[in-house]
Amino acid sequence: MRSRWCRQLAAVAALVVGASLAGCGSDEPSPQATAGGKVELTFWTWVPKIEKVVDKWNAANPNIHVTVSTQAQGDDLITKVLTAHKGGSGVPDLIQAEYQALPTLVSNDVLADIKGDVEASKGKFAEGLWQQVTLGTDAVYAVPQDAGPMMLYYRTDLFQQLGLTVPKTWDEFAATARTVRQKDPKRYLTTFSATDPGWFAGLAQQAGASWWSIEGDTWKVSVNDSATKKVAEYWGGLVAAGSVDDQPMYTPEWNKALNDGALIAWPSAVWAPGVLQGNAASTKGKWAMAPLPQWSSGENKTGNWGGSSTAVTEKSKNKKAAAQFALWLNTDAAATTQLIQDGGLYPAAREAQAGPALAQPPAFFAEQNDFYPQAKSIADTAAGFTWGPNVNVAYTAYKDLFGKAITQKSSFTAALDQMQQTTVDDMRKNGFKVG
Amino acid sequence: MDGATAARKPRRRTAHRLVPYAFLAPAIVMFTLFLLAPIGYTGYLSLRKVKVEGLGLGRGSRREIFAGLENYRQTLADTELWRGALRVLGYGAILTPVMLGLALLFALLLDSRRTGFRRFSRISIFLPFAVPVVIASLLWGFLYLPSVSPGQHLLRSAGLPEMDLLGPDLIVFALANIGVWGGVGFNMIVIYTALRAIPRELYESARIDGCSEFQIAVRIKIPLVVPAMIMTTVFSVIATLQVFSEPVTLRPMTNSLSSTWSPLMKIYQDAFARNDIFTAAATSIVVAAVTLVLSFGFLRAVQRRAFAGESQ
Repeated sequence: MRSRWCRQLAAVAALVVGASLAGCGSDEPSPQATAGGKVELTFWTWVPKIEKVVDKWNAANPNIHVTVSTQAQGDDLITKVLTAHKGGSGVPDLIQAEYQALPTLVSNDVLADIKGDVEASKGKFAEGLWQQVTLGTDAVYAVPQDAGPMMLYYRTDLFQQLGLTVPKTWDEFAATARTVRQKDPKRYLTTFSATDPGWFAGLAQQAGASWWSIEGDTWKVSVNDSATKKVAEYWGGLVAAGSVDDQPMYTPEWNKALNDGALIAWPSAVWAPGVLQGNAASTKGKWAMAPLPQWSSGENKTGNWGGSSTAVTEKSKNKKAAAQFALWLNTDAAATTQLIQDGGLYPAAREAQAGPALAQPPAFFAEQNDFYPQAKSIADTAAGFTWGPNVNVAYTAYKDLFGKAITQKSSFTAALDQMQQTTVDDMRKNGFKVG
Repeated sequence: MDGATAARKPRRRTAHRLVPYAFLAPAIVMFTLFLLAPIGYTGYLSLRKVKVEGLGLGRGSRREIFAGLENYRQTLADTELWRGALRVLGYGAILTPVMLGLALLFALLLDSRRTGFRRFSRISIFLPFAVPVVIASLLWGFLYLPSVSPGQHLLRSAGLPEMDLLGPDLIVFALANIGVWGGVGFNMIVIYTALRAIPRELYESARIDGCSEFQIAVRIKIPLVVPAMIMTTVFSVIATLQVFSEPVTLRPMTNSLSSTWSPLMKIYQDAFARNDIFTAAATSIVVAAVTLVLSFGFLRAVQRRAFAGESQ
């Protein structure tokens, strides 16, 4: 016990010291223009094997040298960047940031407005994605890198065995879920996960939700708008009736359920083949992809689950060069091809989505030849979304409140109302103007 | 006595007096740098807060200002924090007695004359302590999840209903179990060491007086290891109040653990999810103060028993 106590104390001490020291002592070369006009840039990212892409840039641009520093993923990287920014030194010129983290970074003055350098390329990206890097303002804070348009994945063999057809609307989806329970009580159509707020946010986007918006100098927060309420009520009904499972995703239990067919469909994003390959390897070739079910028949909409962008920091001494690199990385044909092949990304740039790197379907879906063409047409229908400055708070509230609603068998819409309350309270507490 | 020696003497004394400090210096420097300074900085942070204006998106719309005791007021008024403290007390009420009871039992068994495989048993009971808490929690998580757990598999094949160990009712036991598994060994070694230090003559005379092994254990051994028991209790109480790794690791596997299940989780949540290190700092200080009061309070209450051995 003693050593554990010491360890925890040490950890807390380290956190506190870390907060004050992280800015100092760093082996990053400090960003500055050296004599002769050569520019040195540092780039914090977690895309696998991105060095290869950056090497290409360095070979072609002897005057702008980019050094990659592979970093922690997602929110951990954001925490690190915020700390470095507060410390005042060791801030990289370029960072990878998930779309929902951008407002937090902007609100902390970490990001530079690179509108002047990248605005001309607006048309290369789907409108919904571009909205996520402008935050609905006049500025542009990042260049979209990858996207996660949502679609429905299902087990073709089990759908056939149970005599099911692919649901085109959410009503059909609910009916299919009930049929699965009747025909084989050991299986569920899918599960509602209270641990994946990004998934729920994607489903809400499809329904037309708008959780944050800006009016003048005031934030409007409507996490519990009618579109999201519709989504929450729908899934709450399915969970309460036992028509879908309520276990979290990304657990050993969930992996097993995917492997042994206890779960036979998964509303997920374009990157799902990689996840299925890693977590349900034994089901190779048994899956197919279809558009997400729609709220009314004839509609054609989806949302995004995940995705990130490349942003330039305010403390960078070479913002122009950095913006130039960010744009090249995410729009150049050679660069995006490499990001797709080695990084496993689904590119945000429209041209890259139709590029040669995506001509073949993913190995795990070898049967579905039109996988990427179909993905592209789905990606074009992704709804836009404005993220707020405290997405983390809303996301944590989702996990806590929907988890509680499931264990206590209480109302999902009540949980959603509380999620709204928690989000607004947090913004007010920090002094944001909320209308 | 001539003048020369008289003059030299006090100088040598000063040097003598400085020697211990020279030896202590590294420890003092480290202690200041890595414990006192961070605590001081935490105290400073706890008195500040961030003020955002308007949208918070423009330049300089976020300022750090002095907050006085506002963070403390909020922390103390935070019902979720106190509910977390209650949950942790419940967890401790299961963990501490079971863990220390088992530790005492195993220590007595190891110390008894008739036990075989002493070294082997000692090491195998101690071994879980060497497993990092996060890994232990992952291992147990696998054992709890219904469709991957061998235990649940046995229940099913025996026709018994599965136990939802990660459900809202049993989760606290599931967590305490991980603590017991990891903690019994260490506490057993502490108590066992205390048992080995008892003079053997005491047992001999007890046997001559007709004591059974059981009576020796209850009437001689246990009273004599009370100081060791008190020490292990204090450490267990402190570790309980700071439970963090187990619930954090199990959280993604279940709907029954909230992000603020224990006070330390709340601090982590504030600092790294809400990006509000100021409230987190204030809560840290409150938790540290409560821990200090509880452990010192406990030590004072049992002082005479705990330090009886030292004062004799």
